[in-house]
Amino acid sequence: MAYIVPRPELTFKEKAYLPSILNGLKITFGHFKKMMRGETKVTMQYPEERWDAELPEHYRGAPTLVKDEHDRERCVACQLCEFICPPRAITIKPMEIPADDKFAKVEKRPAEFEIDMIRCIYCGMCEEVCPEQAIFLRKDYAITGITRAEMVHDKAKLYELGGVFKGLVHKWNPEK
Amino acid sequence: MSTETAAPVQMINVQIDGVWLQFPKGTRVIEACRQAEKLIPHYCYHPKLTSPGNCRMCLVELGSPKMTPDRKPIIGADGKPEIGWIPRPQISCAQDVSEGMGIRTNSPMVLESRKGVMEFLLINHPLDCPICDQAGECKLQEFSVDHGNASSRFLERKVKKPKSVELGPRVTLDAERCILCTRCIRFMKEVANDDVLGIVDRGTFNSIAAHPDRILDHNYSLNTVDICPVGALTSSDFRFKMRVWFLKDTSTVDVNCGTGSNITISSRENVIYRITPRDNEAVNGCWLPDSHRLNFKFVSSPARLTAPEVRPQLGDEKPSWQQALNLAAEALKRNAGRVAIIASGRATNEELFLVKRLATILNANVDILPRTGDADGMLIAADRNPNTTGAKLLGVATGQLAQIVAGVKDGSISALIALGEDATKAGLTEEDLAKLDTIIAADILPNKTTPHADILLPAAAWCEKRGSMINLKDRIQRLNRAVVAPGGARDDWEILRDLILAINGSNGLHNIDDVFKAMAQETPALAGLTLSRIGDLGVDITIP
Repeated sequence: MAYIVPRPELTFKEKAYLPSILNGLKITFGHFKKMMRGETKVTMQYPEERWDAELPEHYRGAPTLVKDEHDRERCVACQLCEFICPPRAITIKPMEIPADDKFAKVEKRPAEFEIDMIRCIYCGMCEEVCPEQAIFLRKDYAITGITRAEMVHDKAKLYELGGVFKGLVHKWNPEK
Repeated sequence: MSTETAAPVQMINVQIDGVWLQFPKGTRVIEACRQAEKLIPHYCYHPKLTSPGNCRMCLVELGSPKMTPDRKPIIGADGKPEIGWIPRPQISCAQDVSEGMGIRTNSPMVLESRKGVMEFLLINHPLDCPICDQAGECKLQEFSVDHGNASSRFLERKVKKPKSVELGPRVTLDAERCILCTRCIRFMKEVANDDVLGIVDRGTFNSIAAHPDRILDHNYSLNTVDICPVGALTSSDFRFKMRVWFLKDTSTVDVNCGTGSNITISSRENVIYRITPRDNEAVNGCWLPDSHRLNFKFVSSPARLTAPEVRPQLGDEKPSWQQALNLAAEALKRNAGRVAIIASGRATNEELFLVKRLATILNANVDILPRTGDADGMLIAADRNPNTTGAKLLGVATGQLAQIVAGVKDGSISALIALGEDATKAGLTEEDLAKLDTIIAADILPNKTTPHADILLPAAAWCEKRGSMINLKDRIQRLNRAVVAPGGARDDWEILRDLILAINGSNGLHNIDDVFKAMAQETPALAGLTLSRIGDLGVDITIP
């Protein structure tokens, strides 16, 4: 069905255009003046200046692995994050903890844990699904590299970024 | 005149959740409910084993018909007997159905009882699902979702039991996860006839253990892992290798002996992680010997042949498939009338059918290499070739092996085709092989014949191809592809088809279904069958 768009009736002033242009120029010159006096500042000089201090608590940066206060790898290689990861960025190879290890009771840990940061979409599903509270999205956002291989974070790199988390799960403490 | 017929099975009227149904006499209550599509959660009950009734998970409400003082059932308004319900829940796994029995599988009392039982079962359970290999196929997890509590009311310390105990060379026990259903004990006693497992210690410290002087080293020990409803018994081979939810299951058939046990291959990203038995009452029930299920490591061997090779004086160092097959065809034509084929009893019917065609074209002697071992009286047959019956049916197993060997030794045979078999195992020495004009070998791994091969063709392993095999009880069963053959290796039937093509021109066979169709047309025993009609469970055929 045809629909006729009603056109607005323009006044003489509107038809002349010039007043609108002048109005626009007035706004532009206003901003220009403020800029020249240093009253507004719109550009942050990244990377010299950073916004890091203002990052919100829930900011989702690079996923990392953490150790607990006993220096135990929290990850038990259950591979739920590998399963849930929407872009399939995570690859885990599990291993049995040798019987003479301090944490032999835990039985299992990752032999290899790789997150392909080219694939990662920072969605935080891995953190949400982790039953051992071993993987956390930290505030690192500037993940760069010159090769694809460099962009794959291996286990060592993930623990380096993650550090130590205290408290939370006490499942593996000796008294329990 | 006497007519001998089996006694008619007495049918019994049973009411399940208000619906009257009929079951044959002797049906367990839990089985009747399963047939009525009412799933009763259970741990200790297994259809192949006795029922000790110790897990208490299968509680239902039972009732029997109300009787008048003269022992006549009271008939209700609907014309059916009125049921008097037992005021306590009863286990359904240790009782047979009886006339007029009433069963309630989801009444409030039943649901409340299951919840109570679940809570007790989880009191000492370590809840280490992120580590446990059973997670994902664990009955405790599944019924916990249906009937469990979100949090435990148990405040005391959990009982510590031994973890990671090696019960035998292939089975590892985690006693903390065990719910003491005794399925493993009953399996070893009743099915494997090796009463090696039992329960030790008292009360809450009860745990499964092997007899002090024994280990669980029976060749059927891994079946205890299959039937363990929780993660207490785990396969040492599969332990911590891969989570089960990543695995892709392929239904196929075991090829380690003539029984043709039905199996499921679990693989992920082209790597096989485990093999488990697949239920088929006509073949293997639900069991599988350990020796058969662990024999898959060679498939991912780094030594696998991945590209066709020809002897340097014949042509390119890295020939294409077509070049290699053309060279093979030339050599076979040159030696026409003096060719012998050693085929394999491990080949599928489709491959053997093409072998027979090739033999007819070349007028060649053909036979398979016999492979025997000891039968164990259970699932392992003495004939270790999985498809001897098929080879006989298709005219490949001719019994001419001795003639072939003699022919090679006296020089009347100058070209040998070895398909998936090592010719030295037939009685030929490497010197015999060295003096032949041409050896064409198609195999998956190097063996003593392959270094002598003039043309070496990489083939596919049993789990890398489709096809059919006929077991010793004349049941035709289907193989399916679980993983892809490495590199340039090809299905054996494709190699044979292309070889026939190179010798003889077109044959109209384009895919494996065409081969089966052609085979079924020429073989009366297979008339009317197709690969898809064989289905997952196989079909019994009549071999004249």
